[in-house]
Amino acid sequence: MSNDTGSQPTASDQDPYAPIPVDLKNPTTAAILAWLVPGAGHLYQGRRGKGILFLVCILSIYFLGLSMGGGRVVYAKWDNTEKRLPLFCQLGVGLPAMPALIQSALIRQKMDPIEINGVRFMAPPADVSEMADLHRTYGYLFEMGTLYTMIAGLLNVLAIYDAGAGPVWMIPDSEKKKRSRKAEDSSSDDEEEEAPSDETKRNQSAESPA
Amino acid sequence: MFPISLLAMFPGSQLVLYALPLIVVVSLVYGATRHETWPAILKHSWDTAVWILGFMGAVFLVILLAGWTQ
Repeated sequence: MSNDTGSQPTASDQDPYAPIPVDLKNPTTAAILAWLVPGAGHLYQGRRGKGILFLVCILSIYFLGLSMGGGRVVYAKWDNTEKRLPLFCQLGVGLPAMPALIQSALIRQKMDPIEINGVRFMAPPADVSEMADLHRTYGYLFEMGTLYTMIAGLLNVLAIYDAGAGPVWMIPDSEKKKRSRKAEDSSSDDEEEEAPSDETKRNQSAESPA
Repeated sequence: MFPISLLAMFPGSQLVLYALPLIVVVSLVYGATRHETWPAILKHSWDTAVWILGFMGAVFLVILLAGWTQ
């Protein structure tokens, strides 16, 4: 299946912003892959450049954010003490956020969460005092890490849409302004050519016999 | 030349540096979801980054003025 350009004009060699046909292969598979691993849907479709761009950009800020909060900023918790709403955004990155759900499930089944080098990686804080400890240890980096991981997840939603339906073709504002200015200039030139100036009219009337 | 000592007036201004990776990544991803060719992606990303920085600058000025009037 290809992403045809709808009612928009077809691609031209001159215009870099003109819509071009994109082979989306199986859009559903691509969208699922794009959710599981950012950029994987595009790599599956053979759109290698964009796939690598999404993979590097989204995963880099996700893991940067995760490291800012010592691997504790992504966690699942939904009880009377805390309802972890940022997780809804963080889940957008797919598999990299899944350990949070696994750790939460382990705790719900009264099992110990998995530890990596003594860190309860992506496990929800056991109580309010542990949460306070995390904030004391990481300070503003805990909030910054949460923000980074949330933005990573939200950006992957855009990438998933791009994998499933193709690019949302649009011309940047600066280019639109440039084009409208050019169009105005050319139309004013045409008017000048069509309608001669007053002086020309006067000369023409003087030259013409009475 | 911009006097760096002026930054002392804004404690915590170094936190703005955390916005830079986000601006770069958000602009690139946003641009890439609107186009398929690199020149168009990069141009759109640049425009988006300038827009975000302009918006942040405008909010900064509003907050600065609000602080001065108090």
